[in-house]
Amino acid sequence: MTNISSSAVVAEAEGPLVPVGLPTEPKKAKPGWRSLNFGSRMWIALGIIGFVAALAFIGPLFYPFGPDEKVGSLYDYPTWMNTPPTFEHVLGTENFGYDVLAVLMASARTSIIIGLLAGTIAVVIGVAIGVLAGYVGGWVEELLMGFTNIVLAIPSIVILILISISLQSTNVPFLKGAVGLALVIGITSWPWTARAVRAQASSVATREHIDVAKLSGARTPSIMVRDVLPYLASYAVMAWVLQLASAILAESTLSMLGLGPSGANSLGKQLFWALAFQAVATGAWWAFLPPTIVLTMISFGLLYLQSSLDEVFNPRLRRGKKKNLAKAAARRAETARKLAENQPVEVNA
Amino acid sequence: MSDKDSLEARPAVGQPVLSATHVTKQFRVSGGHITAVDDVSVDFHAGKVLAVVGESGSGKSTLARMLLRLMPVTSGTISYQGKDVTHIKGAELRKYWRDVQAVFQDPFSSFNQFYTVGQTLRRGMGAQGLEKETLEQLIETCLGYVGLKPGDAVHKYPHQLSGGQRQRVMIARALMMNPKVLLADEATSMLDASLRVSALNVLQDLRENLGLTVLFITHDIGQACYLADEVVVMEHGLIVERGTTDEVIFEPKNEYTKRLLADVPDLKGSLKVSKDF
Ligand SMILES: Nc1ncnc2c1ncn2[C@@H]1O[C@H](COP(=O)(O)OP(=O)(O)O)[C@@H](O)[C@H]1O
Ligand SMILES: [Mg+2]
Repeated sequence: MTNISSSAVVAEAEGPLVPVGLPTEPKKAKPGWRSLNFGSRMWIALGIIGFVAALAFIGPLFYPFGPDEKVGSLYDYPTWMNTPPTFEHVLGTENFGYDVLAVLMASARTSIIIGLLAGTIAVVIGVAIGVLAGYVGGWVEELLMGFTNIVLAIPSIVILILISISLQSTNVPFLKGAVGLALVIGITSWPWTARAVRAQASSVATREHIDVAKLSGARTPSIMVRDVLPYLASYAVMAWVLQLASAILAESTLSMLGLGPSGANSLGKQLFWALAFQAVATGAWWAFLPPTIVLTMISFGLLYLQSSLDEVFNPRLRRGKKKNLAKAAARRAETARKLAENQPVEVNA
Repeated sequence: MSDKDSLEARPAVGQPVLSATHVTKQFRVSGGHITAVDDVSVDFHAGKVLAVVGESGSGKSTLARMLLRLMPVTSGTISYQGKDVTHIKGAELRKYWRDVQAVFQDPFSSFNQFYTVGQTLRRGMGAQGLEKETLEQLIETCLGYVGLKPGDAVHKYPHQLSGGQRQRVMIARALMMNPKVLLADEATSMLDASLRVSALNVLQDLRENLGLTVLFITHDIGQACYLADEVVVMEHGLIVERGTTDEVIFEPKNEYTKRLLADVPDLKGSLKVSKDF
């Protein structure tokens, strides 16, 4: 669940290493090819996220039914399956007779809000701990990273479940709802970000501009905020996107276990009720498929966005790839030429 | 720089203002340690230019960073104006950094790329509580001193400047602190030939007009001799030769020094010309 963000730690080494059909002279390759490719990735990701966001935040303004409005009975078929077909309740009704699409829109909204809140909390904690450990170093780093690794080692789902249960039995209404859930997810999912940011921060700390700032009389907090943080901003944005995705998935996991936010719909709660009322067994696909699809779209869109952002923020990644491709191409061309001329070819060349 | 008090506080020409005594630095590396600076003792005399020469990896930067208190020593003492500064920290260290400034080799990574030249320059002065007008005046003076148009430069980001301009901004930044000692670690080696000469002349000027003590670190003995009063030659962390510039050029005792000098065939001739004017 929260492990998704581990990919922020590993510099992604994806992509075809030995592509087929390389041009023999890479310099003459169409210049816009790469950027076009990466651009479309970004647009697909933003398109998917934009669609879900519109469904959640704009959809309810135009849809005639609300999520608390009883419009039918248990699992009424989608109305376009009736004879004659109508488009009144496109996705039928769920177990309580509410309109599935109306509930879906409300659920998506709650899930996104929980994701935003939890993701932001996780990134703020993770970046703060990571920068402090990475920049200050020494025993501060040992201590903070020790703590981080302990939090990482505890199975977070267990902690999540325990805290969620204890929150549900409190009398503080706001902790029982979406905000409480977001807090719980946020404060259990920062360690990956902290580790990734620490590595980055300790490498920024060796840059000469840090020495220059010290010589200019800047104090440690000022250096961390003004000289280290800006160099990590792109990193933090990517971590945030990943934390968002993992928080939304964490919410649905908890909700499916019956620990969802009280007094609100959510994608996970929708699935919980669908399972509880035998939607899968009775073939009422319209009750469980739509929230599943929306969840998949959100996390796919965010992960895809993260990997395209990686290329935007890390031009080196692109250039590095290109250079490697060019080198590989040159090597292959040379080998091919030698083979063609019947020259000996080194096996490991 | 027009600050009278600090001018008077400057020690008389010829006294050691900064010194390293039996300074050693070891780095832990996999499978043991390497001694980057090995029992080095060296004095910097007020108002003089001392050059530290040596091939890359000979420990020059490590020595400079220890003198600057940017890196702890393994053993030995750094003293400034007769006071042991080896282990000072906090406010005392920041005070030391007002007096002892540096310009580094890479004029790009010396900049925080997210800030303009103006912001970079103002950074150091915030702590000193200057009035806004005085500050802007000071920026103007210092940028003018290194030959940059203040109105132009302050709004630019580092990537909008050439390598030579960036290095001048860095010199201006150091000057604004009104230092007594300036360490230039390969500050000219990433500049091309013509810019290098003008940067060297700026340093020369600073010494002559402001009485600055300059530590000039370079792998190029030619540049060292152009600028310096005294030369120290380092090899593998050890000082292998030291003396006045003329002594080192005309009567080198060490084989390594002779080899370095042999790489600069025209040195003796060009030096005579440059020292004649
Ligand atoms: N932070 C460090 N960790 C380990 N070894 C270092 C470090 N900094 C410098 N060294 C080593 O110390 C030696 C001297 O380096 P340096 O002072 O940078 O030489 P110079 O400036 O004369 O080129 C080199 O062998 C270098 O590899
Ligand atoms: Mg060096």
